[in-house]
Amino acid sequence: MEENGDVAISIKDLWVSYGDHVVLKKIDLNVHEKDFIGIIGPNGGGKSTLLKAILGLIKPSRGSISIFGRPIREAKRYIGYVPQRKEIPRNFPITVFEVVRLGRYPRKGIGKRFDEDDNKASLQALERVNMLEYRDTEISNLSGGQQQRVFIARALVNDPKLLLLDEPNIGIDLTVQNDFYEMLKRFNERMTIIMISHDVTAISSYVKTVACLNKELHYHGTKAINKEDFEKVYNCPVELIAHGQPHWVLEEH
Amino acid sequence: MFEFLGYEFMRNAFMAGALTSIICGTIGVYVVLKRIVFISGGIAHFSFGGIGFGYLINFNPMVTTLIFSLGAAVSIGLSKKKVNMQEDTTIGILWAIGMALGIVFVGLSKGYAIDLFSYLFGSILAVSRQDLYMMVTLCALIMITVTIFYKELLLVTFDEEYGNVLGAPTNGIYIMLLCLVALSIVVMIKVVGVILVIALLTIPASTSRLFSNNLKKMILFSILVGLVFTSGGLLISYYANLASGATIVIFSGVMFFITMMVKSVLDKRKRNRALNAMIQKQ
Repeated sequence: MEENGDVAISIKDLWVSYGDHVVLKKIDLNVHEKDFIGIIGPNGGGKSTLLKAILGLIKPSRGSISIFGRPIREAKRYIGYVPQRKEIPRNFPITVFEVVRLGRYPRKGIGKRFDEDDNKASLQALERVNMLEYRDTEISNLSGGQQQRVFIARALVNDPKLLLLDEPNIGIDLTVQNDFYEMLKRFNERMTIIMISHDVTAISSYVKTVACLNKELHYHGTKAINKEDFEKVYNCPVELIAHGQPHWVLEEH
Repeated sequence: MFEFLGYEFMRNAFMAGALTSIICGTIGVYVVLKRIVFISGGIAHFSFGGIGFGYLINFNPMVTTLIFSLGAAVSIGLSKKKVNMQEDTTIGILWAIGMALGIVFVGLSKGYAIDLFSYLFGSILAVSRQDLYMMVTLCALIMITVTIFYKELLLVTFDEEYGNVLGAPTNGIYIMLLCLVALSIVVMIKVVGVILVIALLTIPASTSRLFSNNLKKMILFSILVGLVFTSGGLLISYYANLASGATIVIFSGVMFFITMMVKSVLDKRKRNRALNAMIQKQ
């Protein structure tokens, strides 16, 4: 495995279960700084749960997670998160700028007003996702892809060193998907990225390494996934998913 | 024309209407946007138990109502996370029990009471000076809280889940919002009564939504709209000799539908004009 820089995330023997139902089983994972990992796996395989555990939103039943060598609580401000897209409340009177600025909440705390610094950071974040011109638009008037960019700006507004994205490509027009991934690639020069996605083709051309998750994690720090892992994860013949390719390699060939 | 202002009860009624508009305008916007209309109904009906209890122990019913409505707000807020039950079930149960308690308490209380009817449908003409003082106090409390926690309320109303991600105490903020609703309900019960409270929480806010694209504007408009609705309804009820609370509500409802229709016609015209302009250009 190629070691590039310090460890961003270190997960040791992580188990998560809801009641009797085990969702994540014995996960061990080291993510290095400036990594760009794509996580694939079937629905219900625990992908979102893993991100939520990294964010500290879910308490593990066992095991530990440290981020940049610190416990999650102390490292939270270095993480930006883009949750799975959901219908935003229609008719909510809020501008793009306000949505992004709400992301500055952790720097303020209860009862304190946003100030010039927060405004500046919000505008910068919007610029980074090319949405500055829409700052005064009501968010419900934007297209799915544009909304997604706004939510990414909201995640960037605190200048994170680690960006977690949960299926960010859902609802984005195919024609602009490449721009979208190029943008992530640019961010990757400055930060570590973990992205959940169903879009295997996109993953193959933009991420640096791929992990498969179905309760258990299969990760070798490479882009190639061996057939056994893939079949174990998806429980079905690989060819079905791999567009008829006889072997499943995401490395360029 | 303004001879009705010569009566103290009419002056008080207009004051009460104005205070109600400020409160409904503000809290109603959150109720509509956060979609807690049904919850607000539950709190309002549960507080009816408080009115009955006030009569039973011979204590100022506004105070007992306040206690009951805050109790309902907190328990609905807590049940969201702690109790393994559908939120709307909890609300339905509280709703019914509150009404039943109210009736039983009133039945148990000695002597002839009472203008129960006025609590169900409001009695804005019977608002006393003392009531007004209490309303002003509650109104100030609500406005101060909303100003201080503007950012938190926006966060929880717009995207509670992401609020959790950001480490905001979303549950606490949500319960605070429900308590604000409870306070507003206590203020409004005197004016329109338990049953019509929902109308004043929803109609001005939804009317204002048609013309505003950010939260602050929506609140401001909603207060203005409320002022027009309550005073308009009050005037009509005075001249036509109708029940005041119900007239306010019906007037608000009619105005809302008219506004909505006018707005949709205007929007259509605007779209057509834009389309024509585009066609002519080509």
